[in-house]
Amino acid sequence: MIIYGVALLAICTLAGIVLGDMLGVLLGVKSNVGGVGIAMLLLIFARLYMQRHGGMTKDCELGVGFWGAMYIPVVVAMAAQQNVVTALHGGPVAVLAAIGSVVLCGCTIAFISRTHKGEPLPDEPVDIAPSAAGGR
Amino acid sequence: MLDLIEKGLEHNGLVTAFAFVGVIMWVSVVLSKRLTFGRVHGSAIAIVIGLVLAWVGGTLTGGQKGLADLALFSGIGLMGGAMLRDFAIVATAFEVQATEARKAGMIGAVALLLGTVLPFIVSASMAWVFGYRDAVSMTTIGAGAVTYIVGPVTGAAIGATSDVMALSIATGLIKAILVMVGTPFAARWMGLDNPRSAMVFGGLAGTVSGVTAGLAATDRRLVPYGALTATFHTGLGCLLGPSLLFFIVRGIVGA
Repeated sequence: MIIYGVALLAICTLAGIVLGDMLGVLLGVKSNVGGVGIAMLLLIFARLYMQRHGGMTKDCELGVGFWGAMYIPVVVAMAAQQNVVTALHGGPVAVLAAIGSVVLCGCTIAFISRTHKGEPLPDEPVDIAPSAAGGR
Repeated sequence: MLDLIEKGLEHNGLVTAFAFVGVIMWVSVVLSKRLTFGRVHGSAIAIVIGLVLAWVGGTLTGGQKGLADLALFSGIGLMGGAMLRDFAIVATAFEVQATEARKAGMIGAVALLLGTVLPFIVSASMAWVFGYRDAVSMTTIGAGAVTYIVGPVTGAAIGATSDVMALSIATGLIKAILVMVGTPFAARWMGLDNPRSAMVFGGLAGTVSGVTAGLAATDRRLVPYGALTATFHTGLGCLLGPSLLFFIVRGIVGA
């Protein structure tokens, strides 16, 4: 049943958000603390548990998978309702912050790659051309 | 006649939003193939179109909710609202394979942590330089540089204003686009020719769309390795952004 997957996702999301709210109260902030992240962890554990003990059917996976695949369209809808007009008055902060982050991360990647060298992938197998002479 | 259609669309706002976003996605994929030959991912173009439409909506109505302020597109507000957004983002965790993730090992975890903290510091400092000096705005803009999902999720959790959220999404988007376009050119310099460096790259560069599109344009066999660490990026950011990172920023600059 597809609804089992959707329900599992809904339960994990709600539990994560409630736990995040509780964490917020415990830490004394008027906010949700990591609710979405907690919900994601719950879903990963739920999946591992169900795979080990049975109960994870193809339909059930479809119920969650559908919403996972909807995340880009939902983000597009989210982008379409942002207060862009006001953000543009913010000026070059977004551009500079993005460029700074990318450059710094690029340098770190180059540094780690050089100090912890991994095995390069072997060359892609090229189809061996059939030999012209009639041998097998 | 036209009134009748408009009424029908307005009364079924969410369904209208599904159809409308579907058309945007289709146009974006076509543009991605024709104009950029797949180098810029279709989803990135779709998000840019979304932001442009939000600007159009905001200019037309003078409201604060972009396109959703037009009655015809009120369903966009529901589709892209906090409820469905959180629901869909949690669902993406389903594709993470915990056993495979373990193979990424220590270096992947270190890269992930650095990939969350370094962009955050750069972007939050930049926000401070440009006059966003309260902890909530600095954290939101800082989190935007992690990924364009972490920004709004963090902002919503700690109560940022919509214009700061838009700025944080813009930061994440520009970063994702830079990663997508720049990766093939910087691949050799970054040592991107083996699975291990691809995992490091996925952890540090963040944004699944940016990483997978960038790696696909470099060497398609590296894509799953990069995606493996990158899938944790948004989750880690969403976990740390509104909690630890926010508290640290608040501790430094005060409320």
